[in-house]
Formats: sequence, C-alpha cells, structure tokens
Amino acid sequence: MSTTTITEVAAIRDTGRFRLLRSRDFPLVPVLIILTIALVAVFADFLAPHNPEVGKLAARFKPPFWMAGGSMTYPLGTDQLGRDMLSRLIFGARVSMVVGFTAVIFAGVVGTTLGIISGYMGGWVDQAIMRLTDAWLALPALTFAIFLAAIVGPSEMNIVIILALVYWTRYARIVRGEVLSLKEREFVRLAVVAGCSKWTIMRKHILPNVMNSAVVLASLMLGVVIVAEASLSFLGVGVPPPKPAWGLMLSDGKQGLMVGYWWLTVMPGLCIMLMVLSANLLGDWLRVKLDPQLRQL
Amino acid sequence: MSNSTLSYASSKAAPRAIRDIRPPLLELRNLSTHYVSQQGTRVVPAVDDVTLSIRPGETLGVVGESGSGKSTLALSILRVLPTAARIVNGQILFEGEDLVTKSDSEMRHVRGKRIAMILQDPMASLNPLFTIGNQVAESMRVHEGTRRRAAWQRAIELLKSVRIPSSETRVTQFPHEMSGGMRQRIVGAIGISCEPRLLIADEPTTSLDLTIQAQYLALLRDIQREHGLALIFITHNLGIVAKMCDQLAVMYAGRLVEYGPVERIFDNPVHPYTKALLNSIPRIDGMRQRLTAIEGQPPDMARLSPGCAFAARCPMAFDRCRVEAPPSVALEENRTARCWLAVPEPPRAAVGVA
Amino acid sequence: MRQFVLKRFCYSLLSLFLLSVTIFFFVRVTGDPATLLTEPGASEADIAAIHQKFGLDRPLVVQYVLFMTSLFRGDLGQSFYYQTPVMDLYWSRLPHSLLLAAVAMAFSLIIGIPSGIIAAVRIGSFWDSVGKVFALLGLSLPSFFIGLLMILLFSVYLGWLPSSGSGTPLHVIMPAFALGWYFAAAHMRLTRSSMLEVLGSEYIKLARLKGLPQRLVIAKHAFKNALIPVLTLAGINLVLMINVAVIVETVFAWPGIGRLLYEGISFRDFPVVQGVVILGGAMIVAVNLLVDIVYAVIDPRIRLGS
Repeated sequence: MSTTTITEVAAIRDTGRFRLLRSRDFPLVPVLIILTIALVAVFADFLAPHNPEVGKLAARFKPPFWMAGGSMTYPLGTDQLGRDMLSRLIFGARVSMVVGFTAVIFAGVVGTTLGIISGYMGGWVDQAIMRLTDAWLALPALTFAIFLAAIVGPSEMNIVIILALVYWTRYARIVRGEVLSLKEREFVRLAVVAGCSKWTIMRKHILPNVMNSAVVLASLMLGVVIVAEASLSFLGVGVPPPKPAWGLMLSDGKQGLMVGYWWLTVMPGLCIMLMVLSANLLGDWLRVKLDPQLRQL
Repeated sequence: MSNSTLSYASSKAAPRAIRDIRPPLLELRNLSTHYVSQQGTRVVPAVDDVTLSIRPGETLGVVGESGSGKSTLALSILRVLPTAARIVNGQILFEGEDLVTKSDSEMRHVRGKRIAMILQDPMASLNPLFTIGNQVAESMRVHEGTRRRAAWQRAIELLKSVRIPSSETRVTQFPHEMSGGMRQRIVGAIGISCEPRLLIADEPTTSLDLTIQAQYLALLRDIQREHGLALIFITHNLGIVAKMCDQLAVMYAGRLVEYGPVERIFDNPVHPYTKALLNSIPRIDGMRQRLTAIEGQPPDMARLSPGCAFAARCPMAFDRCRVEAPPSVALEENRTARCWLAVPEPPRAAVGVA
Repeated sequence: MRQFVLKRFCYSLLSLFLLSVTIFFFVRVTGDPATLLTEPGASEADIAAIHQKFGLDRPLVVQYVLFMTSLFRGDLGQSFYYQTPVMDLYWSRLPHSLLLAAVAMAFSLIIGIPSGIIAAVRIGSFWDSVGKVFALLGLSLPSFFIGLLMILLFSVYLGWLPSSGSGTPLHVIMPAFALGWYFAAAHMRLTRSSMLEVLGSEYIKLARLKGLPQRLVIAKHAFKNALIPVLTLAGINLVLMINVAVIVETVFAWPGIGRLLYEGISFRDFPVVQGVVILGGAMIVAVNLLVDIVYAVIDPRIRLGS
C-alpha cells in the first residue's frame, strides 16, 4: 500500500485564543474590595471610633443609625456587651486578613515544598508523602481543623498553624503533578547533565516553574481559609474572645436574632461574604489567566 | 494493491459518460461556511465559495490537508456544525431541495435517513454506554418508526451485511468489546440502516491499520454497489481516491482549487497544488519520489491574504497571484480549477466568481 | 477486576492506618493525652486509670497498639458529659444526620443537575449566567451565614418555619437548604462541565448526524454519560455532608453527628470529639473505596479491565 498522506497541520485553533480574550475582563471590583479590607485592617487603630473589646453595658443592642433608636455615636449599632459594631468589624478585618493570608502562605510553603520533593524524588519518598496526603484528605478539612483546635486550644497563632496543617495537602497534590511533567523537560535534563545537585535543580529550575500554580491555588484557597477561620470562630474553637473575629461575632449575635437584633449577625456575615466572594472571583480570574491547566480545579 | 494505484482510475472512464445525463443528486452552489468568533472580530472562512455536484451512485473524493475545510464541508451539507460556524452563503441542493433553507426539524428527516455520515474515529463515535444493537436500531426506530423487536432483527441483519461474525451476540455487546475495524463497520451499518441516497465518509479509514483499511474500502464499495449509494469520500490519501472515486475535489484553505473527473485530473492536473500532491505519490514503477508533500505551511485561516491562498507555497506564483484571488475557471465540461495559470489570455471563461 | 478491588482495598487500609497514626500522634505530641481524655478537673486516680488503660508510660508503639485494639473493639471511650459510650451516642445521632444529608442531597441534585444541563446546552445564555451566579454564591457563602439569614427571614419575619430543632418535616427544610446549597453549586458545575465535554464528543456528533431529535440526543446519549461523574461525586458528597454538617447542625440545633461534635467541643468532651473524627474519617475512606468499586461495576470499560 504505497500512498501518500498529506502533512497534518492543525489549522483552526479557534477556541483557545478566544478563551484568553474573554478572560481579559479584570475583576476590578473584587480587587478593590480586597484592597479596601486590607487597608482597613492595616489602619484599624485609626479608623475605629471605639475600643472594639470594651463596651458600655448601658449602650447594649443599639441599632444602626438609620433605625429608630440608633445614633451616629454607634453608626452600625452595638452588640450584647455594648461594644461598637463598626469598630469590631474593622478590627475583625484585621483578624481575617492576618489569619487568612498567613495560613494560606504557610500552607503554600509547606505544600509546595513537599509537592516538589515528592514529585522530583519519586520512589518511596513520593509514596510516603502522597499516601499521607490521601489519608489527610480523607478527613473533611473543617472536621480535621476542629479536632486539632480542640487539642491545642484556641489562639490566633494556633489557628494559623492548624489551617496550614489542614490545607497544605491541596498544594502538594497539584504541585507534584506539575513537577512530574517538568521533570521530563529539556532544561531540567540539561541541568542534571550539567551536574547540578538535586536540591539546586529543585530550587532553581523546578520551583520557579510551579510558582504560577501555587499562586493561583493560594488565591483560590484564601476564600476557603477565611471561611474555615470564621467557622472555627463560630464554633468557639477559633480566635478566642474578646478579640473581634467575624465568625465569633456571628455566633455571639445568634441569640439576638430571634428578637430582631439582625445587625449582630448580618453585618459580620456580609463582611465575610464580600471578602470570600472577592477572593473567589479574583482566584477564578487568575486561574484562567495564569494557568489553563488548573481550569478544572 | 499498491501496483494498481493509478491504472485503476483510468479504467473507470467509460460508464460515467452515460450517467452524466441524469440530474445531480447533490449540488453545492457557492457554498461558504465561516467560523465567527464570539465578538465577531475573527472570521475563519473554513469553506469558501465551493461549487460541485455528485450524481446518484457516483463517488466523489474530497482531498486536502487537515484544516482545509473538508470536514466542515461535509458537516455543512448535513448542517451539523459547531456553534461558531455558520453557512453564510450558497445553496445545497439535494434531490432538488435546498437544504440551507430547511428548518431544523426538516433537516432532522434528512440526516441519517436520506444522507448519512461516517465519522473519522470509530473508537469515539459509538456511545460507550449503549449496546451495539441499540445504536444500530436507533436510526430505524426514529426515522421509520420500526418496532423495537423488528429494528433489533434488522440490526442483526445489518451487522451481517457489514460482515460482522456472530452478529446475534454482537448486538448485545458494548462498543469497547469490539476492535477498531469492527466498530467502523458498525458505524457503516448505522449509516446505511435507513437506506440513504448519499453516504458521506469522513476519513473513515485513517485510524485503521492497512489490512483492515483495505477490507473496509472493499466493503464500502460493495455496499455502494448494492444500494446504489452516492458516496462522498473525504480523505487525504490519494491512493484511495484513485481506487474509489469517479470525481475528485481538491481543497486548499477552504476553497475548491481543482475539481473534475479523477482520471483527467490525475492525467493532467492544472493547479500547482494538485500537481504537487500528485507528485508526492510514490510511482508504480518503483522509482519512489520523496514522500514529503509540499514545502511551507498552510496559511493562517484567520488572516488570509487577498490573493491566492496557495501563492506563498506555489513554485509558479507570479505577482497577480499575491494580490488577487483567482476565480473558478471552467476548463472543460464538469471540470474547474482556481488558478490564474488556468485562465487563458485574455481572460475568457471566468465563472462563479461570486 | 478482583485485582483492582484488592489494590483499592489495600490503599484504603493504608489510608486508615495513616489516619489513625495522625490522630494518635497529634493527641500525644501536644501534651499529656490523659488530661484530654479525662474530665476537666479529674482526680489523680482518674488520670492514673487512663494512663493504665492506654499505657501512657510505655513506648509509643505499645501505646499505638493499645489505642488500636480498643478502636477495633469499637471502644471509643466514655463521654464525660453524657456518661455513656461514645459509640452509643454516635449511633443514636446518626439517623438524624442521615436524614438531613439525604434531604440536602436530594435538593442539591434536583437543583444542580437540571441547571447544569441547561447551562451546558444553552451555554452563554441568560440561564447559564443565572447558574453561574448561583454556583458562585453557593461556593462562597459560609453555611452559617446562609442559615442565619434564612432564620431571620423565614422564622423571625415571616414565621413560616421553625428556627431550630427537629421532629417535623418543616424542621428539615432550612438546614437542608443551608447544607445543600454548596453541594448544589458543586453538582451544577460538574454537571455543566461534564455535559459540555460529552456534547463535544464524537458519539454525540454521530447521534446528531443520525437525525435524532435534540431531545433524544440530550436525554439519552449525553445525559447518561454526563451523569457518571456527577453521581460519583454525589456518592462521596453524601458522606461528606454527614461529616461537615457541624456548622449547619449547630445553627439549627439539629441533633445529628455535627451537633454531637459541637457539644463535644463546648463541653470539653474530648473522647466525643476524637470518636466523631475517627468514625468520620473511616466512613469517608470506606465510601471512596465503595465508589471506586461501583464505578468499576457501572462502567463496562473499567469492569473488563481494558
């Protein structure tokens, strides 16, 4: 059978390019929201009109200023201990941001490192790390976090460590997958031939190439971690009172709900919602923009 | 098989002259199908101004590189196009009716019933979750209202007719239990199940190995003869064209660059692209020429130059080729080419410039 | 097939082993587990008894063996607060969790699958956008916030639904919705993407080329194929729901396992916390194994090992 096959060249790569074009819409509003919350967190001391941890019992359950009985002294009302809601929300932003960002970074550092080692070393090291992530992923993250929090007791630092311990596995999985394919690439092979040590290769050649994925994942994890922190605080194993954490405020305000003190729960809830929505929108955008491979995440 | 590549084609000249009197079964007139991006900023003329026809019982070969618009042409005829693609111009006359103007539900009665199609990849074109019998019987049940039991019986017969052994048990099996060649024959059986007048086969043998390929082609030819089917055979294998086809349509960058009876094109190609294609076929006398096709890359379909799309790769291109696209030139009866070289001086018989 | 199941089974055992080691390790590395495993303010004798039972003065390996033997006997310890074995508490709460999870699952599938299909079939349409917003909110809104907003609206202002507790069908509506929204969003997204993948496949193209009506192409050829990954996820999610309902159950005072976990935390009832976590992990490992096997049985390609 002697016949000819005309050279194969894919011609209409239509969809690929258009997808990138569509992702050009930069999520301006979400980014502005995150920046605003970050600034509020940084300048909390200047912005808050009252001490967030001390209240006047005489001024309990004051409604926001636009409702009957409200005043501009407490623009968003007061809680069950007469503490100013606005000030508490402002300082709550600090707790959310600090815990959220540090936990995401901690988890990212641990997960990325272990992911690189696992993927690059292969063999029993890989097996050990991957089986461990499997086992850890078997526990629902929140349950695991509750368990750890119940052991070590609540504090802001402990929460950060716990969340990092729970969430590093996500990074490890993704990063390992990337490393496996990077390992076969020319530049890594060249580095091996050139006599670079394993650690040098991992640090200088592999790490920079998995950073994109790690950053995308981090942005997606930010929302998850903030919800987790709020959930732990809500259950009373998170940031200990009287520190104002949004989750804790919600939980405290729960009792007031039935008698109509809605601002105690709705305000911190809205803050969490805004923050998480923005983080997710930004993460989604980054994912499409930076890393098409993570699209199905 | 290899020895007959070219001689076979010329031996078929005689009967066609008689058929020529009959009206065509399918006629494409200036058909254009374009892909348009969501913003409408990029337009890819996947099929551009194609005019050709096929008579009952005839075989038309469509050749061209991947991306030259062969498959889009086929899908346009059945109007099963991706969402981004649109038929922007032209007519598709099938048994005298224009398929372009038909409603969706009217088209449904054409698909599978009057025109059937076989896809490239037999591994992917059967649904993994349904039995062979179910999928073969489906067309008959939908188009002819055949009862379940009768359709099942017909499915068994159809499998027999495409030479699938122990078809009674095969109908109850799932696609993954079959070999590639068997699956492609099953797809063939689905194609002919409602006795269509026209069968379009889109590179039906590319994923099969050579012996299976030969068997399958023989089967297709038998089926064609038995049912008086017209066949549009899309391929990039000119050897198959020589064996199977009466007419040949050569496509390049969405346009029909040369069209006419196979043996005449093989004997005397007009378009440089056709020439290059034919030159890359290994010769029968053993003096094999290099198998490399044509130098250069096919053009970016979204950024076609105003001139001839082949100009950049064409050894015979001159200034005019780069600035002005050649019209479709009628060479002799039922034969056209799209090349300035085919235009006699002074320009005389330009047709179908549309 | 048998080999496949065996391999999966070994992986599951390994996961369970690592899980138990993790839990065992964390309890011991952070201090004297005896203080966790006895009531706050327990007597010297009580602490000594715990030391005795788990051999806390002996080498770690011996301790682990003792820990595991009591686990295998189904002994998860005694709840301080209820003064009953944790296992009994767990069994008494499980039905409530199952009920909540079942309703939430039904809700998430009834919303998620049709909307995912519509979004995929009419991609880029108004309904696709509505679905996207619904999914984004579901994945972003913490369940306690959804729950509290619902209480505010349906219990406080409208007075239609009871704000907490259990017992009547009305009680289950809000918790199921608060729990199910996230999963509805997840199911919707997966249905959409899986449907899109299937719709782009060659066999769908062939089904269209056969002249089948659009309805049949979607309902028969695309739907069944697209549903496989969704149902797999749903299977895993059902078990996940039982184990992540802690927030929702706390908000609505629903007497399930999540609420048990919450009580364990608030009463510093560590054996309860540890028991719920261990059983939850075991349940999830088991369901992952089950899903793998069921997958192999449903999908003929895996079944025949080709």
